Amino acid sequence: MIFLPHNRESLSEAATLSRGRIMPNVYDILALSIMAAVFVLLAHAAIAMRGSIELLSTAPVTLDPANLPEYAVRTTLRMFAAIIASLIFTFVVATLAAKSRRAEIIIIPALDILQSVPVLGFLTFTVTFFMGLFPGSQLGAELASIFAIFTSQAWNMTFSFYQSLRTVPRDLDEVSRGFGLTSWQRFWRLEAPFAAPGLIWNTMMSMSGGWFFVVASEAITVGDTTVELPGIGSWLALAISKQDFVAVGWAVLAMGILILLYDQLLFRPIVAWADKFRAEQTASQQKPRSWVYDLLRRTRLLKLIGVPLAAGWDRLMLVGARRTRQAPRLAAPRPTSKLVDRLWIVLVALMAIAGAMVTVLYIRRTLGWGDVAEAFGGGFATLVRVVVLVALASLVWVPIGVWVGLRPAVAQKVQPVAQFLAAFPANVLFPFVVIAIVATGASPNVWLSPLMILGTQWYILFNVIAGASAFPSDLREAAAVFKLSSWSWWTKVMLPGIFPYYVTGALTATGGSWNASIVAEVASWGNTHLEAYGLGSYIAKATEAGDFPRVVLGIAVMSLFVTMFNRLMWRPLYVFAERRLRLD
Amino acid sequence: MNEFVNTTVTAANAVPLVEVKGVSQSYDNGQFVVLDDVALTLNPGEIVGLLGRSGSGKSTLLRSIAGLIHPTSGSITFEGKPVTGTPDGIAMVFQSFALFPWLTVLQNVELGLEARGIESAERRKRALEAIDLIGLDGFESAYPKELSGGMRQRVGLARALVVHPKVLLMDEPFSALDVLTAETLRTDLLDLWSEGRMPIESILMVTHNIEEAVLMCDRVLIFSSNPGRVAAEIRINLPQPRDRLDPAFRALVEDIYERMTARKPVAEPAREGAVAETGIDMVLPRVSTNVLSGLVETIAAEPYRGKADLPPLAASLQLEIDDLFPIAETLQLLHFAELAEGDIQLTEAGMRFAESEVDERKQLFADQLVAHVPLASHIRRVLDERPSHEAPARRFRDELEEHMSEENAEYTLRAITSWARYAELFAYDEKTDMFTLENPS
Repeated sequence: MIFLPHNRESLSEAATLSRGRIMPNVYDILALSIMAAVFVLLAHAAIAMRGSIELLSTAPVTLDPANLPEYAVRTTLRMFAAIIASLIFTFVVATLAAKSRRAEIIIIPALDILQSVPVLGFLTFTVTFFMGLFPGSQLGAELASIFAIFTSQAWNMTFSFYQSLRTVPRDLDEVSRGFGLTSWQRFWRLEAPFAAPGLIWNTMMSMSGGWFFVVASEAITVGDTTVELPGIGSWLALAISKQDFVAVGWAVLAMGILILLYDQLLFRPIVAWADKFRAEQTASQQKPRSWVYDLLRRTRLLKLIGVPLAAGWDRLMLVGARRTRQAPRLAAPRPTSKLVDRLWIVLVALMAIAGAMVTVLYIRRTLGWGDVAEAFGGGFATLVRVVVLVALASLVWVPIGVWVGLRPAVAQKVQPVAQFLAAFPANVLFPFVVIAIVATGASPNVWLSPLMILGTQWYILFNVIAGASAFPSDLREAAAVFKLSSWSWWTKVMLPGIFPYYVTGALTATGGSWNASIVAEVASWGNTHLEAYGLGSYIAKATEAGDFPRVVLGIAVMSLFVTMFNRLMWRPLYVFAERRLRLD
Repeated sequence: MNEFVNTTVTAANAVPLVEVKGVSQSYDNGQFVVLDDVALTLNPGEIVGLLGRSGSGKSTLLRSIAGLIHPTSGSITFEGKPVTGTPDGIAMVFQSFALFPWLTVLQNVELGLEARGIESAERRKRALEAIDLIGLDGFESAYPKELSGGMRQRVGLARALVVHPKVLLMDEPFSALDVLTAETLRTDLLDLWSEGRMPIESILMVTHNIEEAVLMCDRVLIFSSNPGRVAAEIRINLPQPRDRLDPAFRALVEDIYERMTARKPVAEPAREGAVAETGIDMVLPRVSTNVLSGLVETIAAEPYRGKADLPPLAASLQLEIDDLFPIAETLQLLHFAELAEGDIQLTEAGMRFAESEVDERKQLFADQLVAHVPLASHIRRVLDERPSHEAPARRFRDELEEHMSEENAEYTLRAITSWARYAELFAYDEKTDMFTLENPS
């Protein structure tokens, strides 16, 4: 859903057009051809998605570069299906949580935990579930893959939207209520625009994270079922099993182009357009720019198409709004609601306890304490990896990030690269590392570990760059005037200054690394299988064997680790950063 | 006064537009009373001002009339019907302008019409009329962030007027603007009003600027604070346009100042000379010691020589009552000055303070603090009694919260902390949330 420009200026421009030249201009041709191409590709892929499941075996994925563009489109389509599902989920669930206290009691803690659940662990169940839902059609496997991506994207978007809904400025809320806006109008005029900057940023982060999971979820083996959906992920899996080095290179190239295109064609225009939703009342110094957005704004024909759309949107806004209203709507809080609230909490708690018991019973049927101990042992091994790697990555990227961030000219060039690298699915690069390990005979327990941080270290970098760029220049000048030693410059000036940003980056990187461990602790090249001891490999092996109780146990233990890690380490740091080290 | 206003006043005295009876607003089951038994009548053709300090509940009253808040008790009627939701005939202008930053001026103005389901063509026509009326031509497609404060408030006005309300509520509409802009806007608004060009019948405005109230209003209700009550009602019969230098105008301003200083100030101890524990139940204003010293010095110096009339003092310092009163009252609380009949006079301690050097001042301030602020002497005594000479701030916060809201307790504790730090009476460590006697050397 989009806001179309319906200010007087653009309307009068359109009016002049309809009187005089309706001829499309050069920009129209450019814009139209790009849009038409995108639509054709999407339509083609959408039809292919509904093909029969036999097609997957009769026309299997091949390593022919001519097929690669099609695979890329199929992969992209899964991404977009997932992001649209995530947006719908966000709008519905976050709104529910913000408006209903009882829904909030369930939704918010649930989201908090879901954020910590390793997404790839889900695949085991979802593939089985969705295949059963659509027997004989590829759609089941497609949906399982889309669902996996969805679960990696939705939670932080929902959180962001919920938070925005809860912090709508009081005066704007009063204006909306004073004029008696319908809830539909209120949503589109106040809530959605106010939440837009945060939601768009989170959607971008989710998209970046999603590429990783789309690659991981296309070729999946659960017990006896092996599914290979046409896409870059399957191409990569095939290339690895055939030890085709060149094909891996093709996949890397295709992925790079894909991310570049989605960034240029979709996200930059949206960010440039969404700039107006930023709530601050001063004109910003640096407006985000996008050539596609500028192109669209310069087209004549598209503007002409925009007018009826805007009019339709306008009519939609009036749905439910009456010329005269009966006012009584402000309800005083009812005294009974507190009792109902308590009952509700008791009910939710009972359901939670029942759920936990069912899980424990399920695991207990086949597994004993030894298995629990094994899972925890693996968990600690993975924990050590994550901590060491995040520390190492911080040692490398914090100084570099600060150096870059303090030089605006460099930062402008490096920042998009860092964001690009964060979006690039690191699993596409895994084969190169595996080949190196196989060739040198190095220990997989040590050398598979860097794969976990390969894709997530960039979050540290670009957050630190952002922090250093935002560091007030008067404080830097003061530090320079007092000729601080380089030790005090780092510990007293720069590190406290970027700390809140660093915490955000490191938190994201840690979460991502836990998730990545499921693919990173087990790697193969042809018939060579490498494995590192850890919770990630524990889950990966259980998935491959179709051993559901072990998968459940592994996911539960990993969720526990991530949640505890967040609670005991990141949250206190966050609070500290917010309280003591905020510069604005 | 012009004819338009006069005739409507007499014609409509029978049917008030808004009638507020016995309205009270309290929170936490009646523990904190914001408004206490307030009555108010708004008749067609008049501008009524609600004048009072912050915390006197006048904004709360305004929002209750607008139907945004439900009063705890009492009744509010608009055109004879009880206000239960937000009535169509009432529109509001905000101190913060409350414009939607992502909508253009035109879209902002159209918003209220959209809520009423009016078609886009008519909406546009009416919005352009309002924009025209309020002097915003040429800014239709601008976004609020491109506008100056004065222009933004014009958008706020146009947005309120476009729905043709009968009553216009204004919540300190000019206080976020600079002096010149505010004056222009006031004059423009009064012109539109007296020419009868606005589709409204009555204006109710909240202000803490006495001159503004005397300049614009036909009637002024003075609110006392904690809890908010109507302390006095003053009718202003000066003809419009009014002249600030007119002796009658000055006399009215002076009169209102006197009424507002005659009342018991917020921070006056409940019982003079009582034991420390019994007097801690007052909310302390957070006034910087720099400002206190500044005011004492100003009053001690020429031309005041220890005694100043508040209105000219406020004018020369460019302060409004909301800024000046807490400072003056803190001086009174510390017995550095006396407030009476619109005058402020330094006490002997105040004069000594003005003449002293830094260290002496701190000593003097500490003495007054212990002698006259029960909370300060209470904390100091606890610290003296304990062998460790430290005590968690939590303890005092809890004590305060028995008498006031959590927010006020925090506020009061911060005020006392900053005064005690200046006086070197005791110290506070934020990391551990402890009061101590030791000052870091």
